[in-house]
Amino acid sequence: MSQINTLFSQPLKVINIGTSTFKKDLDLQQTEAVQYDWRPPAGGNLELIEALDRFMEDPKVQAANEEAIKRIKDAHPFLIDIDHAKNVIPGMHEKKILHSGPPIAWENMCGPVKGAIIGAVMYEGLAEDEAAAIQLIEKGEIEFGPANEHQAVGPMAGIISPSMPVHVIENRTHGNRAYCTVNEGLGKVLRFGANSKEVLDRLKWIETVFAPALRKALAITDGIDLKSITSQALHMGDECHNRNKAATSLFYREIIDYFLQTDLTADELREVVGFIKNNEHYFLNLSMPASKSALDAAHGIPHSTVVTTMARNGVEFGIRVSGLGEKEWFTAPANFVKGLFFPGYTEDDAAPDLGDSTITETMGIGGFAMGGSPAIVQFVGGDVEDAIAYSEQMYEITVGENTNYSIPTLNFRGGAFGIDIRKVIETNILPVINTGMAHKEAGVGQVGAGIVHPPKACFDQAMIRFKELYEEETS
Amino acid sequence: MISKVMIEKNAYHDSVTLMSLSGKVLGVEGVEEAVVSMATGMNKELLDNIHLLTDEAKEATENDLIIAVKAVSEEVLEETLQFIDDALNKKKSSKKSGQEQTAETLNKALDYLPDANMAIISVPGEYAAREARLALNKGLHVMMFSDNVTIEDERKLKELGREKGLLVMGPDCGTAMINQTGLCFANNVKQGEIGLVAASGTGLQEVAVQIDRLGYGVSQAIGTGGRDLHKDIGGIMMLEGLRALDADEQTKVIALISKPPAKEVQDKILEEVSKINKPVVVGFLDGDQVAVEQSGAVFAPTLIETARQAVKALDSSVTLDKEISETLVNYAQNEQASLQDKQQYIRGLFCGGTLTSEALSILRSEGLAVKSNVAKKAEEKLDNIHESVGHTLLDMGDDDFTKGKPHPMIEPSLRNDRIREELLNEETAVLLLDFELGYGSHEDPVGESIATLSETLSELKNQGRHVSVIAYMCATKQDKQGYQNQVDRLSALGIYVAASNEEASKLAAMITSKEVK
Repeated sequence: MSQINTLFSQPLKVINIGTSTFKKDLDLQQTEAVQYDWRPPAGGNLELIEALDRFMEDPKVQAANEEAIKRIKDAHPFLIDIDHAKNVIPGMHEKKILHSGPPIAWENMCGPVKGAIIGAVMYEGLAEDEAAAIQLIEKGEIEFGPANEHQAVGPMAGIISPSMPVHVIENRTHGNRAYCTVNEGLGKVLRFGANSKEVLDRLKWIETVFAPALRKALAITDGIDLKSITSQALHMGDECHNRNKAATSLFYREIIDYFLQTDLTADELREVVGFIKNNEHYFLNLSMPASKSALDAAHGIPHSTVVTTMARNGVEFGIRVSGLGEKEWFTAPANFVKGLFFPGYTEDDAAPDLGDSTITETMGIGGFAMGGSPAIVQFVGGDVEDAIAYSEQMYEITVGENTNYSIPTLNFRGGAFGIDIRKVIETNILPVINTGMAHKEAGVGQVGAGIVHPPKACFDQAMIRFKELYEEETS
Repeated sequence: MISKVMIEKNAYHDSVTLMSLSGKVLGVEGVEEAVVSMATGMNKELLDNIHLLTDEAKEATENDLIIAVKAVSEEVLEETLQFIDDALNKKKSSKKSGQEQTAETLNKALDYLPDANMAIISVPGEYAAREARLALNKGLHVMMFSDNVTIEDERKLKELGREKGLLVMGPDCGTAMINQTGLCFANNVKQGEIGLVAASGTGLQEVAVQIDRLGYGVSQAIGTGGRDLHKDIGGIMMLEGLRALDADEQTKVIALISKPPAKEVQDKILEEVSKINKPVVVGFLDGDQVAVEQSGAVFAPTLIETARQAVKALDSSVTLDKEISETLVNYAQNEQASLQDKQQYIRGLFCGGTLTSEALSILRSEGLAVKSNVAKKAEEKLDNIHESVGHTLLDMGDDDFTKGKPHPMIEPSLRNDRIREELLNEETAVLLLDFELGYGSHEDPVGESIATLSETLSELKNQGRHVSVIAYMCATKQDKQGYQNQVDRLSALGIYVAASNEEASKLAAMITSKEVK
């Protein structure tokens, strides 16, 4: 008997793809039906649809992606040290400055990034003042590079200069390392492009007082388990991108005893631990490199369509894909963030989307885990329901569920992770990012926070490139 | 005149919703032009034609929504934009408040309804084949309302369906009834023992309706899409449907409905028919009676005959009254008497394509020379669809009339201008109209045209003229729009509502013939 006769003997259950008029009349007849609000796949681009159809069911892609998410999930990052960037970051030298996002030339950079670079040049003692710094840069004396290409990440402008101390994160499962600076706190800070004396003095204090103290404490530890802290913090209302209250507290609880075991004086101790205590975003600069160490381990798996980097430089948004090149970025103009503004600021004040902190979303936390972080909703605008809906929606564009990073409000379902460019294109659903907004002028600081998505063009380009690279090989 | 063009990025709405919204907006007093549509190439052209294609609109993609309005005043413009906004967004909020779940992907839909067994696809044609293939690969039977699917894709899909034992109804399939549920455009027909397979939407509706009116019912009604009997498809779904109905215990009689297929396809179908043990009625409009009867099946040249023969095969005791009643003859005589000399012709404005074909066939058999846009014979073809010549029957659902507009079964008002034009034409003796009720159809088809009819008829009356208007309502008493109410409003205007499309055609022929027998 054919399936048609089986159908005749079953209750009819319909998926209505397209106009909802037909669904209404099915409801009227009490026939069970679900409305699928269809939109043209791949934005209606036939070349992309063809690429999708070619690779959607490709077993090699499936296997490569399974491997990619296994590596991301298995990665086990520990904070093991803090040291000058030039001592630890591969390829770093005295006249090199790293920035967030995809590669960009000085003349094209946005205000906050330029301001931060000028600050870093002065901080390094390479120039006396702003004018001299600009002159030096324009002469081509300074080499720039994306932090993401140097096993590093930085929030907002993401500037890392040679003398800056960076957290050293070791992924003990795969043996690779990742680096990130120390979070300076809020207000006038380098990552928003501020470069006044106050800002540079704080950076110097971090370099000369804070970092050596933390280094002493870390030397006593067997490494601080960042995976464990992240996993707990996700159950305490953090999403570990814009909300790090719980994670910072947990980190503080871990590190404090080691600080007490050092030879620091009581005053030094109070100053140093007070810095951590007073900055509830301290953990952001650990959450980011922890994510980075996991995603770097998953890069370079042939046939994998999993995204291993999402990053913005304030002008362009760029992504990298596991099965494509190490330095192969797919970029498009960065979007503007939609959300809430601090009093006195409007949309006109904001710079486009900026920073490497989207490494958290790439990891499956941050915006992806927003449903478990109701408090963040007040910060970025919207309702708790929206946040849960965002987290649920992300399952549609990812390869797996990370049971290490589960979401309480989704009945402890493992968070969606392993962004698959094929699924993004097929569903027209873009990864959701919650993020701070920088003032478009250097040094003003944060003007608000909200929700933003990567430009779809990044994924389209990556898919086309993927098709070029693999279509012959796998056919 | 003041205009405004807005683009909403990434705001996809389906075309049926948008077209009916455009229609409503155009009906607002003071609105000159209105386009609410996705920014496809065709729609941009449309916008250009009315000089509303702004630079921003030029840049927009198929995923972006264009809202363009030209109105007499700022006030009307703003009100209209607000109206559009409400109409588009009301849907969203009601979605949120109900516990109704809406999916954005097929996988999500299957999460919500894991044991789904049918997918209805009404997405734009260029994407429809892909969605159908994905659905078939998930083990779902498929009904494709979408048209503009290539014949190659149709064949591949039907071959895939046959391989998997799944139905592929369509593309361009408007009607099916599976397990007593009407899909897309279907009437609420009594449950019964006659199984139907049809390559025609309104053909299937009419046969099912007439079976219902004769007091019998339908077990399953499978649509195949109009091209199934094309030689490149070879009747794959009609054959699959036939076999499935043969194996179905509820089905005692099988009826096939189609326009005449290509010879080789007809041979294949009839060969299969000859192997079926159940009685089969082959309703091939204007078809090959001899070949059909050789296969052991009963031949029916029209839709109504298909219904009658199927009922007769099921219940030989049934009496089928085909005689024209005396009342009808009297009615025709009266109408004839009130016509002027110049009024000689029948003008038919149909929403149903196969009803048009059936009317053409019946009028031809009554000895009339008729032109139509559905005609296959060279001498019956209409040169210009915008100008009626002699007896003319128009399928207003034809692509030439519906480009960028909804089908008249969804939006019957699209027929109004032509109704008025034909009524005022001094050569028109009889205006033939059809109305389709049932699922999928407009909520109040008569209501959409009643004002036009009533105004034009009284205008004629004031001029001392009269045109016979004969309507047929393809509907059952159970249909959701309320059959009697629809009929009563037509009757109140002196419009004769016929019991079948055949009766309407025959009555029209009688009125226009020189002597009523």
